[in-house]
Amino acid sequence: MSDHTHDSGEEHIGHVLPLSLLVKVFGGLVLLTALTVFTGTMNLHGWDLPVAMVIATSKASLVCLFFMHLKYDKPFNGMIFLLSVLFVGLFLAFVGYDAGQYQDDIKAYTIEHIGGE
Amino acid sequence: MSTTANDHGHDPNRPKHLAHHFETLGQQFDSGKLGIWVFLLTEVLFFSALFVAYTMYRSNYPEVFQYASQFLDTKMGAINTVVLLLSSFTFAWAVRNAMLGEKRKLMLNLLVTLVCAGGFMGIKYVEYSHKFHDGTLWGGNASTIFKADPAEIPAEIKEVSEAWNNPEGKFSVAVRDLDPAFRQKVGVFFGVYFCLTGLHGIHVMLGMILIIWLMMRTKRGDFGPTNFNAIDFGALYWHLVDLIWIFLFPLLYLIT
Repeated sequence: MSDHTHDSGEEHIGHVLPLSLLVKVFGGLVLLTALTVFTGTMNLHGWDLPVAMVIATSKASLVCLFFMHLKYDKPFNGMIFLLSVLFVGLFLAFVGYDAGQYQDDIKAYTIEHIGGE
Repeated sequence: MSTTANDHGHDPNRPKHLAHHFETLGQQFDSGKLGIWVFLLTEVLFFSALFVAYTMYRSNYPEVFQYASQFLDTKMGAINTVVLLLSSFTFAWAVRNAMLGEKRKLMLNLLVTLVCAGGFMGIKYVEYSHKFHDGTLWGGNASTIFKADPAEIPAEIKEVSEAWNNPEGKFSVAVRDLDPAFRQKVGVFFGVYFCLTGLHGIHVMLGMILIIWLMMRTKRGDFGPTNFNAIDFGALYWHLVDLIWIFLFPLLYLIT
C-alpha cells in the first residue's frame, strides 16, 4: 500500500461497518421476507412471479452491498459478481431459445407415447 | 515499495501472518478477496444449471409447479429464511468484531451463526422426512401418494385425477390415478426441489464445518485488526449461501 510504512502491521485494511447499519439491513431483510410471504398468498393475476423476483432481488442487493461489503469494496469485485449474473442470464437465454425450438416435438411425442397433455 | 518488505523472514516488524509472497497486508487481503469473489462466481454458475432447469420446466408446465408447490410448507420455508438471514447478520457482525479485535464477541457471533445453521438443517430435516413419509419424491413413481386440501387443488387438476376422501377428511390423490404425463412432471418438480435444496443444504453443512474451523482459530487467538482475512472470506461464502436461499424460497414455496 504505502511506500512509507516500514511496519506493514500498522496499515489499515478492510472496512468496518457500524453495527447500527448491520441491524438496519437485517431488519430490512426480515421485513422484505414478510412482504414476499404476504404477496405470495395473494393472487396478483400473473404478476406473482415478477413481484416475488423484484423483492428477492432487493434482498439480494442488500446482502451484497452491505453484508458482503460490495458498496465499500474495490469495484472490480462487484464487477466479477455482476459478470456471474450476466453469464447466468446468457445461459438462461440460450437454453430457453434452444428448448423453444423442440418443445412442440416433445409435447407431440408425450401425447403419442405417454398420453395426456 | 520498501526494501524491508523483500527481506523475507528477517524483518522483525514483519507480521507473522503476512505470507512471504506478499508485500503488504493490504495486498494479501485484496488478493484473497479477489480469489474468493472468483470462487463465488463459479458457485453462482454451479447453481445456475439447476436454476435454468427450474426455469425451463416451470415455463413449460406452470400448472404442474402450481400443483406440486402446495406440498411445500410455506411456514417452514419462511422460518428457515429468517434463520438464515439472522445467521448472515451475525456473521457480518463477526467480521466487524474481528476487525475491531473483539475476540469474545467474535466467538459468540460465530457460535450464534453455527447454531442458526444447525437450526436451518434441522428444519430442513423435518421437511425432508415429511416428504419421504408422504412420498412426495422425485421421479413420480406409481406408489407415490400426494395429499392436499381440496380447496387448494386447481380445478384443472381435479379433472385429470381420481379423488376420494380419507378418514382425516383430506382430499387425496393417488398419483397412479393421475394422468401419466402429469404424474411424470409432478415428479420432475420434486426432482428439481430436492436437487436445489439438497445442493444448498450441502453448502450449509460445508459452511458449518468452516465456522467450526474459524471458531477453533479464534480460540487460538489467530484473528485481530490486521488479520481477519479468513473470517471475512468465510462470511462472503456464507452470504452467498444465504443469497441462493433468498431466491429459492419464493421460487419453490410461493408459487400461487
